[in-house]
Amino acid sequence: MKPAPFDYVRVENVDEAVDLLAEHGDDARLIAGGQSLMPMLNMRLVRPELLIDISHLDELKKIEKTNGNISIGAGVTQGVLATWNDLETELPLVARALPNVGHFQTRNRGTVCGSICHADPSSELPLCLALLEGEIELRSKRGSRMIKAAEFQKGVLTTDRAADELAVSVRFPVTTNGKSFAFTEFNHRHGDFAVVALAASRQGKRISLAVGGVTDKPEVRQWEGLEGSAIADALNDFAWELGGSDDIHATAQHRRQLIRHLGYKAIEETAQ
Amino acid sequence: MKHLSRDSRHPVSFELNGRVVEGFSEPRMLLCDFLRHEIGATGTHVGCEHGVCGACTILIDGKASRSCLMLAVQADGTEIHTIEGLTRPDGSFGILQQAFHENFALQCGFCTPGILMSLSEFLKDNPDPSVEEIKVALSGNICRCTGYTEIINACLDAAAALRASKAEAV
Repeated sequence: MKPAPFDYVRVENVDEAVDLLAEHGDDARLIAGGQSLMPMLNMRLVRPELLIDISHLDELKKIEKTNGNISIGAGVTQGVLATWNDLETELPLVARALPNVGHFQTRNRGTVCGSICHADPSSELPLCLALLEGEIELRSKRGSRMIKAAEFQKGVLTTDRAADELAVSVRFPVTTNGKSFAFTEFNHRHGDFAVVALAASRQGKRISLAVGGVTDKPEVRQWEGLEGSAIADALNDFAWELGGSDDIHATAQHRRQLIRHLGYKAIEETAQ
Repeated sequence: MKHLSRDSRHPVSFELNGRVVEGFSEPRMLLCDFLRHEIGATGTHVGCEHGVCGACTILIDGKASRSCLMLAVQADGTEIHTIEGLTRPDGSFGILQQAFHENFALQCGFCTPGILMSLSEFLKDNPDPSVEEIKVALSGNICRCTGYTEIINACLDAAAALRASKAEAV
């Protein structure tokens, strides 16, 4: 349970990091908070030749409001975001989700961007980004690009990020007036990986629901003017569509039932 | 840019419980192993080595963190507090240690250093916590002996003692 040997570089700025990524590609891994990467290094699930440390870069530690988005730099920890003064007004869904992301000891180091790039299917922050239709900003020596959350996360621990790209920030659209949110999840212990995690929003007659932990990535559905028993019917269809699979934590049937039950509660909560 | 090669050991220095310590580390060495084997500060225990059990929790720049999920070379220049720093200068128990002692809040003691370090940050931010808040705070520390009831009682006692003493440090 110790990492295999690697070289370690503490870069001075983002440009140095992308230069190294261009040079080393798949042989290099970026480390910011390390709360997902370090367990994988310790268990030798990844064996990089080079570790590029970006955790200390001030240019990546910014939370900024730009063009209706909240841009969160790659060095911003989940703990820092949780205590950001404007979180409840600007990103109420993220404010509800964050206490469920690991434990306060891991949120102290784990970053928002890192969680999104790690792309665990049951992870809360990718789920919020998917529901809010946020974007990820990727930078490489070739240039910069923005990519939508739905196109970024490809599957289990797999994203559209190329080996030479660094996710410099993620952008969550600011909440508009009259939009309400709910977040809920089921797990065996507080802070564990969610068996099923759900995020819901409502604006006027439009209801959106994102589900994590059932398939290989967050799944989002939207409905117009759903009311009464039609909500339960839509959730039942959604649950069967996703299917889910059995594992040590829960059966597929249990997961589908969680979508029906917690999905209903979440949608109800957005109406209050 | 600081490039540390895998084949050699590199100097690492930080402030440990108010005293500057120095040692040498390969890039891949975990901070918990550096503390125990290089510095000799064996109060920090190493359990699961993937961030789940919480036994190795220490304070890095005042924030409770898993020392198994950080490299020793990343700790260079930081300020670290471990269980050894909770003891008073005369060797007697600090407030948290005393409360755990009086409440029988440990049995085998393996998880205790991590729990005390987690609670030392938690009580700084929440001087008057509810039982529910303590349970959430402790969810990141696994204890298989006590069933947690005594630990929660100890935390409540420590919080009351801290408020009464108006002390800064636990």
